[in-house]
Amino acid sequence: MHMWSLILRRLVVAIPTLFLVMVFVFILQRMLPGDPLLVMAGEERDPEVLESLRKLYGFDRSIVVQFVVWLREIATGNFGVSLRTGTPVTELIRQTLPVTMQLAVASLIIALVIGIPMGVLSAVKKGTWLDYVASAISLSGLSIPNFWLGIILILFVSVNLRWLPASGFVSVFVDPVEAFRTTIMPAFVLGSGLAATLMRHTRSAMLEVLRLDYIRTARAKGLLEPAVVFRHALRNALVPIVTLSTLLFGQLLAGAVLTEQVFTIPGFGKLIVDAVFNRDYGVVQGVVLCTAIAFILMNLVADVLYILINPRLRTA
Amino acid sequence: MTTPLSLARRGFSALALATIMALPAAAADIRIGLQEDPDILDPHEARTFVGRIVFNALCDKLIDTDEKLEFVPRLATSWTISDAGKTVTFKLRAGVTFHDGTPFDAAAVKANIERAQTSKTSRRKSEIKSVTAVEVIDPTTVAFKLSAPDAPLLAQLSDRAGMMLSPASFDKPVGAKPICSGPYKFVERVQNDRIVLERFAEHWEKEKYSFDKVIFRTIPDSTVRLANLRSGQLDMLERLAASDVSGAKSDTGLKVVSVVGLGYQGISININNGARADTPLGKDKRVRQALSLAIDREALNQVVFEGLFEPTIQPFPSSSPYYDKGFPPPKRDIAKAKALLKEAGVPTFSFEMQVANSPVDQQVAQVIQAMVAEAGIDIKLRSSEFATMLKSQTAGDFQATRVGWSGRVDPDGNLHQFVTTGGGINDTKFSNPIVDKELNASRLVYDVAARKAHFDAAAKVLREELPLVYLYLPAWIWALSNKVDGFVPNPDGMIRLAGVKLK
Repeated sequence: MHMWSLILRRLVVAIPTLFLVMVFVFILQRMLPGDPLLVMAGEERDPEVLESLRKLYGFDRSIVVQFVVWLREIATGNFGVSLRTGTPVTELIRQTLPVTMQLAVASLIIALVIGIPMGVLSAVKKGTWLDYVASAISLSGLSIPNFWLGIILILFVSVNLRWLPASGFVSVFVDPVEAFRTTIMPAFVLGSGLAATLMRHTRSAMLEVLRLDYIRTARAKGLLEPAVVFRHALRNALVPIVTLSTLLFGQLLAGAVLTEQVFTIPGFGKLIVDAVFNRDYGVVQGVVLCTAIAFILMNLVADVLYILINPRLRTA
Repeated sequence: MTTPLSLARRGFSALALATIMALPAAAADIRIGLQEDPDILDPHEARTFVGRIVFNALCDKLIDTDEKLEFVPRLATSWTISDAGKTVTFKLRAGVTFHDGTPFDAAAVKANIERAQTSKTSRRKSEIKSVTAVEVIDPTTVAFKLSAPDAPLLAQLSDRAGMMLSPASFDKPVGAKPICSGPYKFVERVQNDRIVLERFAEHWEKEKYSFDKVIFRTIPDSTVRLANLRSGQLDMLERLAASDVSGAKSDTGLKVVSVVGLGYQGISININNGARADTPLGKDKRVRQALSLAIDREALNQVVFEGLFEPTIQPFPSSSPYYDKGFPPPKRDIAKAKALLKEAGVPTFSFEMQVANSPVDQQVAQVIQAMVAEAGIDIKLRSSEFATMLKSQTAGDFQATRVGWSGRVDPDGNLHQFVTTGGGINDTKFSNPIVDKELNASRLVYDVAARKAHFDAAAKVLREELPLVYLYLPAWIWALSNKVDGFVPNPDGMIRLAGVKLK
C-alpha cells in the first residue's frame, strides 16, 4: 500500500510543478530578444502582412492574456500549431518522441551494458592494471565530445567502410534490421559518454559497499567471490545507479541534440532547438511541457524501482 | 558473466549480417540533401529558399526562368502585354490536371491569384499588388488587369506567386498536403527530416521526369551532408560549403558544379534609423566610401570562399542584363581611404558591426575587421543569433550589419525595397529623391534598355552615398553523385528535375 500512496502523493505534487514550468517557459521565451514573426518572415518582411499576422496569432495582446489563452487551450488538450510549418504540436511530438525514445533506450542499454560491468570490474580489481585501463577508457568516454565522435564514426564506418548508413532513422517496429543499422552508431555515441559516468558511479558505490561489515561476514561464512560481489554487493550498490540511470534517461530525451544533428535523426532534441531558434513559441511551450511531464514520470519510476530493489524501503 | 569482448564480437557479427541484408535504394528514386527544413508547403504562405526547391518539383508555375534568366513557358504557353502596359494576357496550356484530377484552366488561375491576394496568411500580397483584376476570357486565356505597368510582375509569376494550386483544395489545410499540378505529387513529410514526393503519372511533360520518388532530406551541416552523399545516402545536395569543395572534388565518385547566384552579401549601414545612426559612418558618406575602399574584395573571396564567389560593388550579378560593366570592383586603396577619413575629420574611429553567429559569417567579419584596421577604422564585432540580429536591425539598434540577400530574378527585387523611402526592408532608412524617382520609374517600363537607364541613374547616387556596401555575390555549389546526369545549374539556385536521370 505504501507504494500506491507514494505514487498518489507524487502526482499531486506534480500539478504545481507543471504550472511553474509552464509559467517559466512562457515568460523566459518572451524575454528572448527576437520576434517570431520577423524570423518567420525571413527575407520577405512586408510590414502590413506582419501586423495582420500579429493580430491573427494574438501576439498583439498582453502577455498575461496570451498565457491565459494558452492555459485554456492546454486544458482542452490543444497544444497549438507550429508557426513555421502549420503542423500541430501534438503531431510533432508524436513524430519525434518515439524517435528519441528509441535512441535513448538503445543508448541507455549500451551505457548499462558497458558501464556497470566495467565499474564492478574496476572496483573488484581496484589498483590493478585492469582498474587503470577501465578508468582511462571511461575518462576518454567522458571527454570526447559527442559531435566529434559522431563525425569520426560517420567518416570511418559509413564513408570509408560503407557498413552503416550515415544518417536517417527507422523505427524498430517497422524494420528491426534497418532500425538496428540506423540506431547503433548514434546510440553508441550517446551511450559511450553515459557509460563512463555509470562506470565511475558503479565503481565508487561498489568500493563503498565492499568495505562494509556484512560483506566481510559473507566472505567469512565461505561464500564464493562471485556470489559476494553480485548478490550481496552489487545489489546494494545499484540503488544510486538506478537514480542516476533514470536521470540520465530524462536527460537523453532533450539532451541528444548534437547527436541528433550529426546523424540527422528527426528527434525531440532537434525539434526543440530548432523551435527556439525560430522563436516558434507554440512548439517550444508544448515540447517543454511534455519534457517536464516525462521527467516527473521518470522520477516516479525511479522511486518505485527503489522500493523493488531495496526491501528495506518497503516497510518504511 | 558476459565479458565486454564477447559482446563486442556478437555485436560485430550482427552488424556484418545487417550489412549483407541491406538493400540499396531503388534506382529510380532521387535523394536530395537540403541545408534547411522548408517551412509551410503552401506557395502562398511559404517564405524559405529551400521551400522553393521543393515547390519546383511539386508545383507548376505560369512561367519559369531558364539558366540565362530568360522567361520560358510552363502552364502559360505565351503572353502578351497590351493596354499601355496595363494588361498582361496569358495563353494557357490545355489538358493539364492537378494532382487531385481537377482540370487546370483560366478559372483556376483567377482563383489562385485571388487567394494569394486575399488569404489572411498570404505572403504574396506585395508581389502582385498591381493586379487589380484577373479576367477569364476563355478556358485557356486569362488577362491580368494592372493598376499601372509593372515590370517585375513576370518575374513574380515565375516564382511562388505564379504557382498553381488545385482550387478544390483551398478549403483543406493546403500546407499539410499541397495539391498542385507539378511533375511530382506530395506523399509525406516528417518535419526536420524529409519530404517525399512521387511521380504524377498524368503530368503534361511526364517524359522529362524520370524518378518514381523524390526524397528531400534536411541535413543542416555541410560536412555531414557531404558525408551522406559520399556514403550513398544521398544522390545530390545543395549549398556545399566553399570549405568542403576541395574534399568533394577529391572523391572520384562525385562531381561539383557551381554558378554565381542572384543574391549579394554586404554591409548595411544605419543612416537614419534612430539614435544609433549618429556616427561618423552614418552621417558622412566619405567615411562610408573609405570603409568600402579599405576592403580587398578579391582577397576576401580567396581567403574565405576559395575564389568561387564573385567580388562586386553592385547589387546585380554580372550575368544580369542590368549589371553595369563600367563598374567592376575597384582595387583596394588604403591611401585614398585614409585621405577620405582625414577630410571627414575622423582619421581614426570605431563602429560596431552586427554579425550572424555562423562560422562563415564570423570569418568574413574578421577578415574585413583586419583589412579596414589598416586604414584606421576599428570595427567592434557584435555577433548574435539570427533572430536577435533581425530584430535589432529593424528596430534601428545597430550601427552597421553584415547582411545578405538571397536575390531575385528581377533586379527590382534586389534593390527597390532596400533603398527607397519607406521601402519594406529599408532598415538603414536611407532616403534620396533621385533614387526614389528612378527606381519607381523603373517599375513602369518593360523594355530592358529603358529600365537599365533608370537603374544606372539610381546606382550613380548609391555608389556615392553607400547605404549598403556590396561585397560579393555567393555562388551556388551543388555536389552530385557521378550517377546523376543532366542537372543544369541555374543562377536562382533552384533544382529543376526535368531531364535529370540516374545512370
